[in-house]
Amino acid sequence: MAIYLIRRFLIMIATIFVIATLTFILMHSIPGNPFTTQDRSTSEAVQENLNAHYHLDEPMLIQYGIWLKSLMTFDFGPSIKQPTETVNDLLSRGFPISAELGMWTITIALLSGITLGVLAALKHNGIIDYIAMTLAVLGISVPNFILATLLIQQLAVNLQLLPAATWSSPMHMIMPIIALATGPTAIIARLTRSSMLEVLTQDYIKTARAKGLSPAKIVIKHALRNALMPVVTILGTLVAAILTGTFVIERIFAIPGMGKYFVESINNRDYPVIMGTTVFYSAFLIFMLFLVDVVYSILDPRIKLHKKGGS
Amino acid sequence: MEYPNRPTETAVQQIPDDWFQPIEKDLNKAEEVARPSLSFYKDAWIRLKKNRLAVTGLFFLIVLILAAILAPILSPYSISEGALRNQNLAPTASHWFGTDSLGRDVFTRLWYGARVSLFVGIAAALIDFFIGIIYGGIAGYKGGRTDSAMMRIIEVLYGLPHLLVVILLLVVMGPSLFTIIIALTITGWIGMARIVRGQVMQLRNYEYVLASKTLGASTARIIRRNLLPNTMGPIIVQITLTVPSAIFAEAFLSFLGLGIQAPNASWGSMANDGLSAILSGDWWLLFFPALFISLTMFAFNVLGDGLRDAFDPKLRR
Repeated sequence: MAIYLIRRFLIMIATIFVIATLTFILMHSIPGNPFTTQDRSTSEAVQENLNAHYHLDEPMLIQYGIWLKSLMTFDFGPSIKQPTETVNDLLSRGFPISAELGMWTITIALLSGITLGVLAALKHNGIIDYIAMTLAVLGISVPNFILATLLIQQLAVNLQLLPAATWSSPMHMIMPIIALATGPTAIIARLTRSSMLEVLTQDYIKTARAKGLSPAKIVIKHALRNALMPVVTILGTLVAAILTGTFVIERIFAIPGMGKYFVESINNRDYPVIMGTTVFYSAFLIFMLFLVDVVYSILDPRIKLHKKGGS
Repeated sequence: MEYPNRPTETAVQQIPDDWFQPIEKDLNKAEEVARPSLSFYKDAWIRLKKNRLAVTGLFFLIVLILAAILAPILSPYSISEGALRNQNLAPTASHWFGTDSLGRDVFTRLWYGARVSLFVGIAAALIDFFIGIIYGGIAGYKGGRTDSAMMRIIEVLYGLPHLLVVILLLVVMGPSLFTIIIALTITGWIGMARIVRGQVMQLRNYEYVLASKTLGASTARIIRRNLLPNTMGPIIVQITLTVPSAIFAEAFLSFLGLGIQAPNASWGSMANDGLSAILSGDWWLLFFPALFISLTMFAFNVLGDGLRDAFDPKLRR
């Protein structure tokens, strides 16, 4: 276990390092610099001072060193576009909102997806199964940004039931969460159904039934626990997908989360913000993947973490 | 072994000899199978044909591909030029799916958009396929240290937040069809490589591989001739499921304004244009691209599911 954790931790660090380096290289190969997009013409002296202030006049290698140092200390410095704010300020303002959206999404996707999947498996080939699986394929097929726009059109514009944008009350949260959770719900429902179907044919389910346990107890205690393993496996990828989804959903619903800062900062060549948000996002994602693996091993005692291979 | 008092023996003896007749049968043909033998693919095809949803999906995709190829013939209108008098027309007899804010025919643009979406989807899937089978094939076949090292690289790449890399690349290289495909495949091949590796690892210990090796076949030949054909089922399923996710990614990027640029159309960019139009009630600008993105993804998904069932009957519900 300890060896596995250390190995995974090292891979985590390596990945973050690769991302940091990649971001640095890519960012500096974007044509233009943070000051080319400004309207006001700055005199040459001012420009030089600005460059010196943000170390933009140093050789690339030194800039890379400075970047790595800021990474180690988790201090990404002030934004170039909004000099009164540091990157850490932006992150601490945007992240809680994105995280709130993400957490609600994943909670709702898990609850509804598992419920749908279990119902479909129990009523196998019945009408519920048929409806649930049709819904699931539809949920996978309709992209979240399209669902979001359709929701706005119907619920906000036509019926005027819900507010269309921003993030200030529970009412504002309903549409973004529905839009974002539908895809993951569908994936979870399909997975739960197929693994539930498999588990229900196992001998230990027959044993449980022969012992005279109530159907509810069989499903919840014996079947579901085993059927959920595949769901846990894909949770990591799912978290990644939801994080990605928040980008576009935040844009459509004008939610002031992290996604907004990321896209803006790239357009503005706001180097510190690009690097800060990218690394933060990646580190968060990688940590979630790590967490999922650890949770998986705790849930399934058959998986031995220190064993190699067999991803 | 003696069986005393077997009554049947006497019963048989009582049957007159002329009751027996020689059977007219060619003993050489005794081993022949009555029904024509089915190859793996024929067998899968028969099972796939029984899945109505999958066949519908396949049919839809064939029609869509034909329509995308025949786009200029299907419609008299141009993709980029519209009549300004015809701005934002609702669907009518002359403009089946209406016109957009520049008076361009939505029906026409949809088929040109289909070209982009299908091209991106299929190109990305093929590139993923080639990189994936080479990487996964080598890692799975070689095993040991090579495999470990190659898997560590995959683990690092897997952790990369895919969308961030894609967006950064698009900004650096400028949005174009080529960039989108590069950006999608840069991390997209990982899934394929993992599947191929797992399959190859399982198969490489089989006797026929050993036989091939004994006969002096090279590694490349063994991977190509012995291992890959036997892993084709899961690979084809993976391809069918890669295409819709690539189509989704292209639509997503174009929707964010990072994909296909005007005057070219893609379903994603059309949906993006449509987003601002719904507020003024011009629903068709969003509805048709959205419908086609969803239908295409639906078709690929049900076809992929159908193929999975067809290739692996054990998994069948």
